[in-house]
Amino acid sequence: MARTGAAALAGVVFGVGLALSQMANPAKVLAFLDLAGHWDPSLALVMGGALAVAAPAFAWARRPAAHPLFAERFQIPERSAIDGRLLAGSSLFGVGWGLGGFCPGPALAALAAGEPRVWLFALAMLAGAFAYEAWSRR
Amino acid sequence: MTEFTPGPALLGGALIGAASAWLLLADGRIAGVSGILGGLLRPAPGDRSWRLAFVLGLPAGYALYSWLAGRPPVSIEAPALQFAAAGLLVGFGTRLGSGCTSGHGVCGVARASPRSIAATATFMGLGFATVFVVRHLLGGA
Repeated sequence: MARTGAAALAGVVFGVGLALSQMANPAKVLAFLDLAGHWDPSLALVMGGALAVAAPAFAWARRPAAHPLFAERFQIPERSAIDGRLLAGSSLFGVGWGLGGFCPGPALAALAAGEPRVWLFALAMLAGAFAYEAWSRR
Repeated sequence: MTEFTPGPALLGGALIGAASAWLLLADGRIAGVSGILGGLLRPAPGDRSWRLAFVLGLPAGYALYSWLAGRPPVSIEAPALQFAAAGLLVGFGTRLGSGCTSGHGVCGVARASPRSIAATATFMGLGFATVFVVRHLLGGA
């Protein structure tokens, strides 16, 4: 219960951050990705602000005695190999990001914006994720 | 076309970082949106409620901000077919690549994971290249 409540709080704060920074506006994201156009560097500061706050938490979690408040252990990926799946997946994602200006967090947050095309994107994104599940279990 | 907004960008980013730090310290989990959403598509009893709570929190937070400060603009110029194709690529690609802007770009880079740094450089690079091709070579949106 506490675990679920904590996750809900994280989601809400994350959603407020996306709305405030305007990262749930595809035009804003595409203006960052358009280096040859009227460039808007805002996204770089969003990443910088997020990293400045998150990095100390990850450093703290690395201490041997550290454990989370409401769970038994930290579940942090341990793989370190930079393989073909990582690069191919990130490439496909990058192309999709450049075509639409949405990544998963902003697309879900902006479902509350009352714009039908956000739902189109989110449903297509879900279909893509389902396609991956089917493909990876073949 | 949008204008540089350094203040809200830094503050919003700090909130995203705080949410990621909180999910880590409270639940021991990486705040990677594609991974949390993807986990909902798999049968895993006992592992669904925190995922669903986080995912529903995103639009709830967006709605809360809109209610307090006015709805932020959502400007979509891409034609519907292009936008839907973008969604498919984002959904499939982030699952194949084990992460997106939040899981790799924020959490992974924050813990200096070589995989996440490589992933972030890759999707950023392809994002820049795709926008260049679409806007400056093909004349699209």
